[in-house]
Amino acid sequence: MQLIACPWCGPREEIEFSYGGQAHVAYPEHPASLTDEQWAHFVFFRDNPKGPFAERWSHSAGCRRWFTAVRDTRTHRFVSPPEMTS
Amino acid sequence: MADRMADRTLTPTHPLADRRGLLATVADETAGAVRLELEAPVAAVDLRLDPRGTGPAAVAAAIGAALPSAPDTWTAHPTGAALRLGPDEWLLTSTAASAEDWEFHVDEVAAAHGGMAVDVSAQRTSLRVRGAARELLSFGCALDLRPASFPAGRCAQTLLGQSGVLLVAHDVDDLQILVRPSFAAYVADLLVDAAGELVPQPVP
Ligand SMILES: [Zn+2]
Repeated sequence: MQLIACPWCGPREEIEFSYGGQAHVAYPEHPASLTDEQWAHFVFFRDNPKGPFAERWSHSAGCRRWFTAVRDTRTHRFVSPPEMTS
Repeated sequence: MADRMADRTLTPTHPLADRRGLLATVADETAGAVRLELEAPVAAVDLRLDPRGTGPAAVAAAIGAALPSAPDTWTAHPTGAALRLGPDEWLLTSTAASAEDWEFHVDEVAAAHGGMAVDVSAQRTSLRVRGAARELLSFGCALDLRPASFPAGRCAQTLLGQSGVLLVAHDVDDLQILVRPSFAAYVADLLVDAAGELVPQPVP
């Protein structure tokens, strides 16, 4: 099992974390004005790159904080030090 | 009705009270290598506060000791302990105050600095492991518990077996496990089972 570096707690086992999907998905400024198709794109459509991917992770069994990390989807390696954001 | 209200028969019991005897057998079976004890309930609050503001210093003055500043560390104050759980979160315990008074005391100060404290006395229960505590916990915990990397003054929220726990290092041979009451029996049974590995074997 690999270690994930929590920005607060330091390296911990992967099992302590939960995955939160693609990072930097902005909530629509005017949700009510979206068409069904635009709303569906916001809710369901995510990038699926082969390579570095910015993701949200939660240290759910530790400090319970959310952070953003870049993971290479080919190797499952975390390629940059995670940053803590709200 | 008035009689019933005056009759305050609700007394806190330790969630592991019925396992007290079982835990006591561990010391005998391991020839004193490990001792498991239940700790009396304490008053506890969860404190949320901006670490960069004036709040931490004000709370420190109110409880009589500085709050721990480094991640995953704890400090003692005159009536209990202050454990850092996150960037803006601390757990403050007191053995002297009632749960109501402790919440009021800490929240009064925290609120004045934009934070808050909430009573969580019933949220966790406590087990104390003395002796070969680090060896025993290593059967179910992935953290490096060697004294060099988990010295006295450290604490950590992590997993012990399947259960979330808050580990507190008091000394080389003295660790405390804070666990949710509903998981406490599981953790106690896990430790008793693991202690079987520390039973001295007769030399053939
Ligand atoms: Zn963490």
